[in-house]
Amino acid sequence: MNKKITCIECPKGCVLSVDLQNDEIMSIGGNECPKGQEYALSEIKNPLRIFTSSVLIQGSSLKMIPVRTDKPIPKHKLFAAMEEVKRMRFCRPVNAGDVIAENFLGLDVNLVATRNSLG
Amino acid sequence: MLNRGLVIVGGGPAGMAAAIAAYEHGAGDILLIERDQYLGGILNQCVHAGFGLNYFKEILTGPEYADRFIKKIKNIRQIEISMRSLVVNLSKDKVLTFLKPGSLNQVQAKALIMATGCREKTREMIHIPGTRPAGIFSAGLAQKLINIEGLLPGKKVVIVGSGDIGLIMARRFFLEGAEVKAVIEIQPKSQGLIRNQVQCIEDFAIPFFCSHKIQRIYGNKRVEKVSVVRVDENFNVVAGSEFDIECDTVLVSAGLIPENELIEMAGVAVDKKTNCPVSQGLNKTLVPGLFVCGNSFKVYDLVDSVSRDSVIAGQLAAEYLKGLK
Repeated sequence: MNKKITCIECPKGCVLSVDLQNDEIMSIGGNECPKGQEYALSEIKNPLRIFTSSVLIQGSSLKMIPVRTDKPIPKHKLFAAMEEVKRMRFCRPVNAGDVIAENFLGLDVNLVATRNSLG
Repeated sequence: MLNRGLVIVGGGPAGMAAAIAAYEHGAGDILLIERDQYLGGILNQCVHAGFGLNYFKEILTGPEYADRFIKKIKNIRQIEISMRSLVVNLSKDKVLTFLKPGSLNQVQAKALIMATGCREKTREMIHIPGTRPAGIFSAGLAQKLINIEGLLPGKKVVIVGSGDIGLIMARRFFLEGAEVKAVIEIQPKSQGLIRNQVQCIEDFAIPFFCSHKIQRIYGNKRVEKVSVVRVDENFNVVAGSEFDIECDTVLVSAGLIPENELIEMAGVAVDKKTNCPVSQGLNKTLVPGLFVCGNSFKVYDLVDSVSRDSVIAGQLAAEYLKGLK
């Protein structure tokens, strides 16, 4: 079976062609760089996405601090991640790069702030 | 009146890249004027990842991308930054008038770089008939409400147009728990980057209607429904193809218009169709020493390309200033 996947690693959007036999990947083509190979592999076995959202903060001129996972998480965990960040509140200053939650959702990724709360 | 070698209007990605590049190419007496209280421009509300792959060779969110430039620019003493400063007039001889809380200021510039970005097209500009209820937003405004203000502007959303901001907002609304009823695109295919079509629409199985348009918005106080119709290759309505979608919110993502009123005030020629400056080369206008860069020069798909090209604006301004001496 041949499966077409659009690579989302960069804005180019290569159309990858993946040959599958009994769920085993036989070959991957159509990628213009090595990232496409990795992407196709993960997209077949366990699709991953970087999670981003915003968390409420108090005591800052900002109302929200944007956050991200430092590594991609399984796509089917995006909603669980949303529920988790909706429960969060920052009550102290944060800096871009600060780890907000270690081993976020037990997924072996960290949730990090992406903006400074004090401008 | 203040006097400055180089004045840059706009502290988004274009203005910051241009200011840093101008300094690195020898300009010393630089004033950057920004109307917001934060540097970074629209990047601050683009909390999603996907920026920087070309320019920094890594995947960043909007605020992280902005932060790279903010850190750098704040360390350059020769660049003075005036925040919460709104330019209200630009004269032919490069005198800028700007408002700052509590004061009206004027500055005479030898060279100028305008990095004022874009506005979003509105519902009126794409001619959607119907009532004028609450619940109609441009996609970028909705993005600001959710990501900056922490407000969810609607629960049942229809998105008009498939520009990148519209696609990104389809995903954001979906993740925030709203029902994204449809994305309606009048062209035969999606107008955004392919990867946004994949990771924002297909990932969440959001209904996507190409060659369709909204023919009417209904609702008294709040949007109640929209009527959608298929169009043929000449964008004529296909009779009998109408259907209604119940919704409380309509997002308009129909493209961007460069914001160039200030240079028009100074008599710089602006193309009436695109609202871009008439130009004979990247970042140049028909006025010597007056440069435009970033989305106010032309509408870019990627901020990485904005940074790359705005560096050239900084270089051009620095060279122009050297030529004056």
